[in-house]
Amino acid sequence: MFDHILSILIFFPALAALFGVVVDKDSIRAYGLSVAVVEFALSLMLWFGFDASVSGMQFMEQVSLIPAFGVNYIVGVDGISLFIIVLAAFFTMIGIASLTDTKNVKNMIITLLMLQMTMAGVFAALDAILFYVFWELSLVPMLYIIGAWGGPLRVYASIKFFLYTFTGSLVMLVGMLFMAYFYFQATGVWSFAILDWYRLILPQSYQLWLFAAFFMGFAIKVPMFPFHTWLPYAHGQAPTIGSVMLAAILLKMGTYAFIRFSLPLFPDASVFFMFPVAIIAVIMIIYTAMVAYAQEDVKQVVAYSSVSHMGVIVLGTFAMNVEGISGSIFLMIAHGVVSGALFLLVGVIYDRRHTKMMDQFGGLASVMPRYATIFGLMLMASVGLPLTINFVGEFLSLLGFYEQSHIITLLAGIAIIVGAIYMLSAYKKMFFGEVTREENKNLPDVNKRELLALIPLAIITVWLGIYPKPVLEPINNSVEAVVQLMHDKAITPEAKSAIPSVIKKDETSTQEAH
Amino acid sequence: MLAPVNVSMESLNLMTLAPMLIPIVGALLILVIDLFKSNLDKSLYVMLSILFLLMDFGVLFESAGLFAEGGTIMGVFDVMLIDGLAIIAQFIIVGTSMLFIPLALTNTRFHEFSYPEFFALFLFMISGFQFMVSTDNLILVFVGLETASLALYTLIAMHNRAKSFEAAVKYFTMGALAAGFYSFGSMIFYALTGSVEINQIAAVLEANQYADIGYVLIAVTFMLASFGFKLSLVPFHTWAPDVYEGASAAMAGYMSIVPKIAAFIVVMRLFEFLIHSGVVWLEVILYIFVILTMTISNIWALVQTDVKRMLAYSSISHAGFVMSAVMIGTTQANSALLLYWVLFAFTNLGSFSMLWISRAKNTDNAAESDHSYNKFAGLIKTSPVMASFMGLFMLSLAGIPPFALFWGKLYLISSAVTSGYTVLALIMALNSAIAGYYYLKLIVYMFMKDPVVGKDGHVYTVNSTLSLQVIVGFAAIGTIFAVAFINPLLEFITAFAYNSGY
Repeated sequence: MFDHILSILIFFPALAALFGVVVDKDSIRAYGLSVAVVEFALSLMLWFGFDASVSGMQFMEQVSLIPAFGVNYIVGVDGISLFIIVLAAFFTMIGIASLTDTKNVKNMIITLLMLQMTMAGVFAALDAILFYVFWELSLVPMLYIIGAWGGPLRVYASIKFFLYTFTGSLVMLVGMLFMAYFYFQATGVWSFAILDWYRLILPQSYQLWLFAAFFMGFAIKVPMFPFHTWLPYAHGQAPTIGSVMLAAILLKMGTYAFIRFSLPLFPDASVFFMFPVAIIAVIMIIYTAMVAYAQEDVKQVVAYSSVSHMGVIVLGTFAMNVEGISGSIFLMIAHGVVSGALFLLVGVIYDRRHTKMMDQFGGLASVMPRYATIFGLMLMASVGLPLTINFVGEFLSLLGFYEQSHIITLLAGIAIIVGAIYMLSAYKKMFFGEVTREENKNLPDVNKRELLALIPLAIITVWLGIYPKPVLEPINNSVEAVVQLMHDKAITPEAKSAIPSVIKKDETSTQEAH
Repeated sequence: MLAPVNVSMESLNLMTLAPMLIPIVGALLILVIDLFKSNLDKSLYVMLSILFLLMDFGVLFESAGLFAEGGTIMGVFDVMLIDGLAIIAQFIIVGTSMLFIPLALTNTRFHEFSYPEFFALFLFMISGFQFMVSTDNLILVFVGLETASLALYTLIAMHNRAKSFEAAVKYFTMGALAAGFYSFGSMIFYALTGSVEINQIAAVLEANQYADIGYVLIAVTFMLASFGFKLSLVPFHTWAPDVYEGASAAMAGYMSIVPKIAAFIVVMRLFEFLIHSGVVWLEVILYIFVILTMTISNIWALVQTDVKRMLAYSSISHAGFVMSAVMIGTTQANSALLLYWVLFAFTNLGSFSMLWISRAKNTDNAAESDHSYNKFAGLIKTSPVMASFMGLFMLSLAGIPPFALFWGKLYLISSAVTSGYTVLALIMALNSAIAGYYYLKLIVYMFMKDPVVGKDGHVYTVNSTLSLQVIVGFAAIGTIFAVAFINPLLEFITAFAYNSGY
């Protein structure tokens, strides 16, 4: 059973979605939820079956699709992708569980199950074309979710989201084709398998161009400044469930792809571009934090803060050392949990008041105490309070980059302060003070269905904040392998020195012990 | 007194004519049946046509087997040339025709299908295209081209609406012009080399080291203009949207596939040797044509308000995209062209069939145009299955994986990458992104807008019959599960193209 668990994880929701077409629309909620629970259980089985001490790929499966052109169906997980897959299944589950009354609920649930297939596929794919297939396919359900259930500008927002990402990915596709061609030239065989590509050492000039091509695709997805303009629209118009999935999982595809493709394939180019990317990341962190402070719509605050934190993830990734990369992967998960929860929380109040403007609220803490507590906890986590999940990731990411540059790290650290300012002021506007508006006086507190989604998220936030080891250890093992691979592959002396060798460090530490 | 001509029947190798003769026999039979008993139902003619096309398909398998064993087959005074390209092209032509002809079995009665001549002309046209692709004799190409085109003009006009006549006359005039250019071009080639066979022309030009390069260029210009019209390359494309709009949706879909593959084969035969002998000028001109055709028609497609015209421009853009393969000229590029066209045939025929299913004679929408975007608004609510199919075809046309056209695009862009055309590869990729917008526009109308008030789902399926549904289902299966048959198809096409020297 474990041999094919990844394929089951990928195709079970898709098959279930197809069968869902037949299910009656009054019963579809229960159907969707049971499928999502099974999917989540499967992903937990994957986690328990996963051997944390192994750094390489596990549960690999390979089927050739187009052998004449080197396209194969190859899937596998390592510590880097494992937790994002679990997180995706988890969010699909609580997303469906907490789904409020929507029109066409049947289409929504089928779409969510399809989305779950693409998300599992992206993070499990180990063949570039297979990765690309799921990467592009994930746009379609999201396009539909934003476009059909969104706000007044939903069509504009959904098309902008689609075209932006689509354009970037096509440039990336050309990059992939070049990569496969270089592999063909070197070995005489066409292959799109990522593990094959890892073995290929390219001259630096090639690396720079290919890095740029892949960067286009990933940076738009993350989204990095200045390609971030689609995201506020997408978040602003998307229904709650759309924002949750987008922020929690879909954005992580970009940062995950940096670690899976850019860093190990082009180590020299990554070092070459380390500071430009880091500067973009810092701009992204500070600028979007300031923009977030200026927002009046609470959902936009969360959206911009989410971009700001994505900047920290990118910064950690480009630290090129074990601390930074592990931290950024951990932060991906943390950010998924926290921003997903924040979007759910915004959805809760939107369902009651049908507005997201902060000046419409005030004094909610006395009306909805449970809501205010959970919101407060998530907000503290988002700011990076110690003993919450975000702190671990943010601290490690910044620690990692501190080894590369002190000033940039300090600048990025400022953003945490700015983050505290806008988050706390948003919280103050919404929850403290007198209840000024009549319609706010009798708002019901969070109900059971909403708690069902929020309580587990709150537990994870605190649990992994206090004891991150069960997640951090497998991540660390796999990241060490990636960093070692990068170190071995690097050809320029700058890259060799910027990327520390994991083995060497161990040796020196043992020597010191003697 | 002249010596009697002595030719043995074996050396003629008349079997090479068999695939073309079958549709001709079928067409004649249909005419003869009509002589004896008229007013027979169209279903008879449809089924007869399918039977003859199936026979044709079977014979093609036979010649494919012969080619795989013994290589290129010549026949009839070496005029006929059955090589891998000819066989694959005929497979595409006959296969698409088989998918097209059941579309005549609509629910609504249409004028053209009540005449047996429609089916006779249709079969004549197929044999014309088959002749065109299986020869390298410029005169036989001309004969095939004109047979097919004249039949096609008539088929368009038989749709019997004001716009159809306009379309047919426009197509006819442009076609006549193209024919004129073609004969001028062939004339100059004949004057230069004393031969009308492409391989002879190539040999003679090679032998005298392209001494008369000026004349060659003039001949190439004429040829390029002629095939520019046939392939609707910008700036020779102006007839295409009007003709597509005037023709019935099914016929428009057919026209976007079959005449073009025939023209592509001739272009490949003619231009390949010129490009490989380093006629840089031709390469530059083709490069410009390719980029203009892809980009400009894409931009025009963005502003269309009628789905059929949008699909017309999109077909032009796809033709430009594929034309790049002729310019690149490697085996990989040529295989990519053929692969792309097979996949395009499925998807495009599917999407035009969807329009055909929804073609109603007297609706409110007929005032604006037959297939305005508004007609498709909110289709997911009134007719979800139809909307899903149409959305599927649009996604495939846009190149979203894992649907059919993505694999064609992938292989074609890869062939550009492999041959060092980096900029071209990027332009091709970015054009796919532009194209994404107008395909999405239809999806947005179908899935995200509310239906225009006062419509029931029946409007969209007014023509739907079992046979139409089967065709759409077939196209959809080909589109969704393309990945399952890409590998055998690619190996087959590559082997055949490579063994024919392309």
